[in-house]
This record gives sequence, structure tokens and C-alpha cells, in this order.
Amino acid sequence: MDRVYILIMGFLSVVIVNNFVFTKFLGTCPYLGVSGRLDTAFGMGMAVTFVTAMSGIMTWLIDFYVLVPLGLEITRYICYIVVIAGAVQLVEMYVKKFFPSLNKSFGIFLPLISTNCVILGLCLFINIWGTDNLLEVAVLSTGTGFGFAVAICIMAAIREKLILVDVPDSFKGAPLTLITAGLLTLAFMGFTGMIR
Amino acid sequence: MADENPVKINYLGALTAGLWRENPTFRLLIGMCPPLAVTTAVKPALTMGLSVIFVLVCSNLAISLMRNLLKPHLRIIMFTLSIATFVTICDLYLRAFQPVMSEILGAYIPLIIVNCIIIFRAEACASKNNVWFSILDGIGSGTGFTIALCIIAGIREILASGSIFGVAIMPRGFVPWAAMQMPVGAFVTLGLLLGLVASVLTRKKAS
Repeated sequence: MDRVYILIMGFLSVVIVNNFVFTKFLGTCPYLGVSGRLDTAFGMGMAVTFVTAMSGIMTWLIDFYVLVPLGLEITRYICYIVVIAGAVQLVEMYVKKFFPSLNKSFGIFLPLISTNCVILGLCLFINIWGTDNLLEVAVLSTGTGFGFAVAICIMAAIREKLILVDVPDSFKGAPLTLITAGLLTLAFMGFTGMIR
Repeated sequence: MADENPVKINYLGALTAGLWRENPTFRLLIGMCPPLAVTTAVKPALTMGLSVIFVLVCSNLAISLMRNLLKPHLRIIMFTLSIATFVTICDLYLRAFQPVMSEILGAYIPLIIVNCIIIFRAEACASKNNVWFSILDGIGSGTGFTIALCIIAGIREILASGSIFGVAIMPRGFVPWAAMQMPVGAFVTLGLLLGLVASVLTRKKAS
């Protein structure tokens, strides 16, 4: 029971309290770039969740069973990036085959998932947190991806309404989006301290 | 840049393009994580900027040297692998000689690997141009990025703690603005700066 409690708390923590987008600024590029429409944002969120979950687990396994026993920690970043690039290639092929319309609206941002900081950031933070069992890693990775999806969907929903708003010309586009993001982080700060 | 006039190579243009005309943060809006994440104070921002310059110059050099051997479908992975190598070097160097900064910047140094600026310069410049041009381009873009980081970090540090480089400069009655230290400060500062840049540009175009 205790174990399940820790897992649920860990999941909620990475989704709400320690959301990577709001507290660590990771994944800001797609967060600002692909959040124009809700359906695209949702697809992006799901793709990132999948890649994050997969590469989080894979890199942890590689780290724990190959790199550390062999003393090859120095090649850690290179191994991580290869795993992530492979996972993204997989998603890209899948989306191209089964969701051609989604593929079109993603454009360049789909292959760019491999340079999404959320994913590499998660792999590094799992290492820093020193998580030492596979189940916990799986829950945290999925949660992080899910947190990104939540953030980008909220942002897209707001931006769909923001199109109709009359703002000064120079603030249209990126500046307005950034300020909106700032106010959103302020709202999410209300959760700080709820869970460790 | 180089695509506009491929015959005449403009070395000075390569160096200055990144400062304002193609400034990665303010004009191209790429590589937005570090400008938000490490700009709570000027010193980590400067360290980050210098690390990015180092990685950018080295990776531009390496990619420019192997540009004739690259296969189109394998080029992105080759870019990321060479970038990852240089970031590892940089990370080990910081850990050995700047342990405090390494502690503060933490995971953001390895995250340079996935910084769009470096891969963008590799794709747009280094894989098409000769070595010297690529090196100058790396220095230019990197410096533009560092300046942007320092501007944001300067504003945030002054408003959040009333000091810069740890030296108090604000008058005695100044109340530190704690929100600037938090994520919201980063987003709003960058948003307002981008708005300012956009308004300067429109005014310039109108006159």
C-alpha cells in the first residue's frame, strides 16, 4: 500500500507540482511553437508522452545495467541522445502511416521532438534524483510526458481565444504567448508545497 | 545569409549577423529554454553563454569539416552526436574547474545538446560553408545569445535582489521583487523584451 501511495504521489508531483514546463522551463520551444490549435497540441502532447515514457525507461535500463557496471558514465549523454533519436524515429513512422493529416500540421516539429528538452531533461533528472526501481522510473516518465501534454493543451485552449483579443501590434504572437505562459506558471505556483 | 549570396563570402557579415539581425533569442526565437531557466543571476547566465559559444564553435568546426561526407538521412544524428561530444567535454571541464557554477546550472549544461540554436546553425550554416566561415558564424551567434542571456539576467537580478554580480546597486528603500526570481519573472521579462524588440522594428520600418 505504501508503495502504491508513493507512486501515485510521484505521478501527481511531476504532472502538477513539479511540471517540467512550468518549473524547469523544459520543452519551451514546442510549448510556444505548436500551441496554436488545440487538436495539434493534443497530438503533440501524446507523441511527447509516448517518447518520454519510452526513452525514460530505456535510458534508465542502459544506465543501470550497462554504463554504470562498465564505468562508462562519460558516454552517458551520447547514449541518451541515440536512444531518444531512435524513439522519435519510431513515432514519426507511426504518425506518418496512420495519421497523415496530423503529420502535416506538425510539420518540422515532429522530427524536432528529438531535440525537445523535456525528454533529455527527464532522462537527466531521473539520474539526478537517483531513482532506483524500474516501476518508479516508468511512472515518473509517463507523468512527465503527461504533464507536458496538460501544459500545452491549456496553453492551446487559451491561445485559441486570444486570437480574438485586440492587443498592441508589437505584442501579437510570441510576446503575448510568453506573458500568458508567465501568468499560467503563476497559477500553477499555487500547487507548490502541496506534495514534496 | 550565405544562401543569399553564395558566390561572395561575407566574413564580417557572418560575425555580426548573430548579434542583432539574426539574434537567436530576440529575432529567431530559438533555444528558448536557457534564456528562461538560467537567468536568475548574471554569473550563471554568463557561464552558460560561454559554454554555448564553445560548443557552437567546436560543433560548427567539426560539422564543416565533415560536410562533404554527410548523407542526408543521417545528418541530424551526426550533428547531435558531435554536439553531444563537445557538451560532454564542456560539462567535465565545468565540473572540474567551476564546481559552484556546475552545481547551479546542473542539468542545463547537458541540455545544451538539445538546444535548437546549435543544431540550427549546423544545418543552416556549417553543413554548407567552409571552416572559417562556420567558426565566425558560431562566434557571432553565440555572442548574440550570450548578450541576450545577460540582458535578461541583468534585469531579473537587479529587480529580484537589488544587486548585480552580488554587488548591491539599488537605493536603500528598494523592496526586492521576489516574483522576478520565480519562473513567472522569466516568462514575463522575456515576453516584454520581445514586445519591445517588435515595436522597435516596426518603428524602424515606418520611418
